[in-house]
Amino acid sequence: MTYTFNETQMTELNRLVAHYPEGKQKSALLPALHLAQDSFDGWLPTELMDYVASLLHIEPIEVYEVASFYSMFNLKPVGKFIFEVCQTGPCMISGSDDIIAYIQQQLAIKPGETTQDGVFTLKLVECLGACGYAPMMQVGKIFREHLTKEKVDSIIAEYRATVTK
Amino acid sequence: MGIKLLLDKANVPGIRGYEVYRREGGYRSVEKALKEMNPESIVEEVKKSGLRGRGGAGFPTGMKWSFIAKPEGVPRHLVCNADESEPGTFKDRYLMEFLPHLLLEGLIVSSFALGANDTYIYIRGEYAWITDILEEAINEAKANGWLGKNILGTGFECNIYVHRGAGAYICGEETALIESLEGKRGNPRIKPPFPAIQGVWQRPTVVNNVETLAAIVPIINMGGEEYAKIGVGRSTGTKLISACGNINKPGVYEIDMTISVEEFIYSDEYCGGIKGGKQLKACIPGGSSVPILPANLLLKTATGETRYMNYESLSDGGFATGSMLGSGGFIVLDEDQCIVKNTLTLARFYRHESCGQCSPCREGTGWMEKILHKIEHGHGTIADIDLLWDIQRKIEGNTICPLGDAAAWPVAAAIRHFRDEFEWHINNPVLSQTSNFGLQHYADPIHVPA
Repeated sequence: MTYTFNETQMTELNRLVAHYPEGKQKSALLPALHLAQDSFDGWLPTELMDYVASLLHIEPIEVYEVASFYSMFNLKPVGKFIFEVCQTGPCMISGSDDIIAYIQQQLAIKPGETTQDGVFTLKLVECLGACGYAPMMQVGKIFREHLTKEKVDSIIAEYRATVTK
Repeated sequence: MGIKLLLDKANVPGIRGYEVYRREGGYRSVEKALKEMNPESIVEEVKKSGLRGRGGAGFPTGMKWSFIAKPEGVPRHLVCNADESEPGTFKDRYLMEFLPHLLLEGLIVSSFALGANDTYIYIRGEYAWITDILEEAINEAKANGWLGKNILGTGFECNIYVHRGAGAYICGEETALIESLEGKRGNPRIKPPFPAIQGVWQRPTVVNNVETLAAIVPIINMGGEEYAKIGVGRSTGTKLISACGNINKPGVYEIDMTISVEEFIYSDEYCGGIKGGKQLKACIPGGSSVPILPANLLLKTATGETRYMNYESLSDGGFATGSMLGSGGFIVLDEDQCIVKNTLTLARFYRHESCGQCSPCREGTGWMEKILHKIEHGHGTIADIDLLWDIQRKIEGNTICPLGDAAAWPVAAAIRHFRDEFEWHINNPVLSQTSNFGLQHYADPIHVPA
């Protein structure tokens, strides 16, 4: 499969590249990979990384080595919504274990897996900087905090509703 | 109520937007700095203020600024470190989310002082919505003449750009951050050369934490000497503390560093005491990498002195009986918490975040996680405790960047102060799976709740 940014995405890429000095367009790699991942299927297939490399005039390997280093870049297909649940110290002492177990039970998947309908992926992550509002998870751009089992139920229902509409 | 310099206006409705922020006295420091001061006198004020880096290391900011090289014809850069990722720390997030213009104001003044025209905010990738808030604020500032060319008719040009990371704790280390800003893996660089000489794109660069740069605003407004009068000793000014864990009121608090740890935990103005009327067992006072302290060493030092919330007092006794103020990530553990499990989650964190460049850290963090996992799950031996101690000792000081130390310290402190809890886990492999070591003798001796 080949990938091409549409006009809006290309404008955004150019805005990002313009943040850095001339000839230092490689600096835009992280922002560009975010843009690429968000613009297509939420992950970075090799062809998409190659496309980003061509846009920034760098070698594909320079993109692969970066994409594989940062935890926010997905190198495998993911569901429409990724529940990234924090499991580090402060969340753990505030009860994240129970929340993680409950999500696994409700979605019938294990960490790293995606539901059969392709809607949800469960990912366990390390500290996201929401320790005072624990337990928490990130879904897309936003943090869902002070999680309880009831809150998890309503969050699942909320995202499911956006798909079935 | 203590003195507030950063969050004093945080509750004013609409303060996130430019209009209200300006009406409340915002951007005065830019007017003062650009019209009445010069770069040298600003650096002087910052030196006088005694401000120390708020990211965790506590290095004097004015001194750091004075190291920047000024070769002819080479642009210099200021980079704001907003890669807040130390477990327990969420103060910069709060500041950027609610007072984005305060950060921009500090950045403009600091850029002027350093002679930097293009300034970057390196924000952790997960704070995606804050990136939008900052970009909105940048647009507002630009529209009102605080950014761009010829600011206030002085000829000074300043542009601020937000650069989003993508999930890597290591990028909070300044040279890793610079590598990441150049579009590379976040592998820390060997120093020297220091960033002040060769930083981003080989240009002289200063990297400062969000809170540090925001503190420049009150320093310019009130003057360095007045700022230095707040606080005690070398802990001048105010500090943001993000409090979390088993307390009644988790959140971000601005303190003036003269209050005691006891007051901070138990007073209703701050943490509001331990949740559910339980007892305090332990606390990690400055972000996950600083040594954990049992309650008895937290509230009073080993010599029986009251411990205060400042750089000197929290480190009183060294690592043997003290800890550090660090990033201000204050994690409180109650009587129900298991030290072995808590240490395991932190060891896992550091294993996950090690960049893999130095073998003591890459291999050592993995070993520590595995051994702690074994002890936590009832398969440990007494020799494992000594092995853990040995590994952490071999990581500390033997890596390019401080992540190695950050990974070693929590393990060392847990064993140092809670060795009998580790032994209990090992000697009671079945019981430890269903019950908890509890408080034992760790109970806070001066605070027995009614």
